[in-house]
Amino acid sequence: MILEVQGLTRHFGGVRALDGVDLRIVRGELAGIIGPNGSGKTTLFNVITGIYHPDRGVVMLGEGEITGLPSDEIARRGIARTFQNIRLFRELTVVDNVRIAHHPHVRYGAIAALLRTGAFYSEERRTREETEEFLSIFSLQDRGKELAKNLPYGDQRKLEIARALASRPKVLLLDEPAAGMNPSEVGALMEFILRIRERFSLTVLLIEHQMRLAMGICERLIVMDFGQVIARGLPAEIRRDPKVIEAYLGKRDDTGAAGIRKKTR
Amino acid sequence: MTWLKNIAKAILPFVLLSGPVMFLSASEILNPYWVQIFQLACIVAISALGLNLIYGFTGLFSLGHAAFYGVGAYTAALLTKLYIGAYGDEAVFATGAVFLGSLLAGGGAAALLACLVGLPTLRLTSDYLGIATLGFGVIMKVLFDNADSFLPQLGGARGMTGIQRMTGVPWTVAALVAAILVIRNLVHSTYGRALVAIREDEVAAAAMGIDTFRYKVIGFTAGCAFAGVAGGLYAHLYTFLHPSTFDFLKSFDVLMIVVLGGLGNLTGTLAASFAWVFLLEGMRVALPPEYIEFRWVLIPLLLIVTMLVRPRGLFGVREIPFLRNKVYR
Repeated sequence: MILEVQGLTRHFGGVRALDGVDLRIVRGELAGIIGPNGSGKTTLFNVITGIYHPDRGVVMLGEGEITGLPSDEIARRGIARTFQNIRLFRELTVVDNVRIAHHPHVRYGAIAALLRTGAFYSEERRTREETEEFLSIFSLQDRGKELAKNLPYGDQRKLEIARALASRPKVLLLDEPAAGMNPSEVGALMEFILRIRERFSLTVLLIEHQMRLAMGICERLIVMDFGQVIARGLPAEIRRDPKVIEAYLGKRDDTGAAGIRKKTR
Repeated sequence: MTWLKNIAKAILPFVLLSGPVMFLSASEILNPYWVQIFQLACIVAISALGLNLIYGFTGLFSLGHAAFYGVGAYTAALLTKLYIGAYGDEAVFATGAVFLGSLLAGGGAAALLACLVGLPTLRLTSDYLGIATLGFGVIMKVLFDNADSFLPQLGGARGMTGIQRMTGVPWTVAALVAAILVIRNLVHSTYGRALVAIREDEVAAAAMGIDTFRYKVIGFTAGCAFAGVAGGLYAHLYTFLHPSTFDFLKSFDVLMIVVLGGLGNLTGTLAASFAWVFLLEGMRVALPPEYIEFRWVLIPLLLIVTMLVRPRGLFGVREIPFLRNKVYR
């Protein structure tokens, strides 16, 4: 078990964004979280990564508890993430975006940086080389000096994943990596996620709206609705689960038409 | 030793900048008044580099820079007043050492206060820091005005007199070059990148493992230390300190220089500092005496035009080679 969530609850005013969520992610797994809009998927990510504090519940990374730790501490312990609405350092170059993620691993002090000692130069060279390597994995090596905001949308998504990987996480959380992509881009992205998981022996947890991607690559799916996990299992099982169909399409009422969802928020 | 070589490299810009000024001054081509203005420009540049670190690189909106400048000025002036008298006029080395120590202490005092102001406010968003530093500026002005009630040497509202004239061209230029090197080396390192990341997106920076609060405190404190050192140099250049010099309105001068030069651009800050000081003084000479206050019409006009023509600062993102990141761009 690399990531374990128990009874996670978080309210926003009267809204229960998370309501006793349990989650168990095994090392090396590629799991997906699906669910209608507002079902608490992103809130779950935000609580796991320390952006929000939970009202109740526990988050464990490996053997250590990380509940309520600040985001940067959680990141240093090995959880990296991307954001639904892309949060790149827009005015910085592609290289700098990735280089910043090396920050916790750079081994020179402030004094060495100010005096520019030999250690400073060798660490900067190493960081630069590793950055180039990450960029070439993502075929972004020729765009290193461009500003992040000037990249096409698909490349921005890729850069965000590259940046997350450069912080050398154990667990990678991807929040709707395929949002806004066309079908051929989604295909390439799926292949890509599988490749980086192999290469960096990662555990990946992703939120996805596009069923094709979620069903296509995830080994296991977790379905959320109204802040609760309503189903979990293999993609084939999830597809047939009546509770999932109800959450997505609504309950069949007496008239035979797909009705309006009965639950209200 | 790579770092010794790097320090040695700083001698060249020092000589290039101070050499001509000292030569022109010694051969009386440049009168002492303009040499003094040149030094003031260097001092303003040091302070502005500090604010650029705070606002331009880290993205923290601070309106209290003049107060930290004042803290440095009063601290350094008090220390030299207390300790330099012990040595005769011949003890150049000893007085120099006391002066250097006082400058550093001025920077240290400003940094300490910055830390105290920053710790409670930097957890809030940047706007709150603006208000808090503005308030700090007002409080410090009141403190300077009444400082004589607890330390008569500080002079209070009548101003502090009897400060030795210690600042000279080599001192100011050396301090400016040191400030430039410190900020350049900091900015082009992983620590500088952490500061810039916070400016760009604090949530993403934290998600990359950067302790954003800690780095905001460091950036703010370091920037204010620059102001403190600059204040110490100022005190020993004009040998007279008055609280009105450190009024919160003076913070806007530095802010304008930084914005005009371009946020996060070192070349621009340096150019804008010199342009600012020399324009103000140049107009004093160029304008007829009864129109001197017309400067405060011309300067804002110039500011507006510059911001319209060059909205991202004088030089945009370009830097002179000395200030570029040549370490694995």
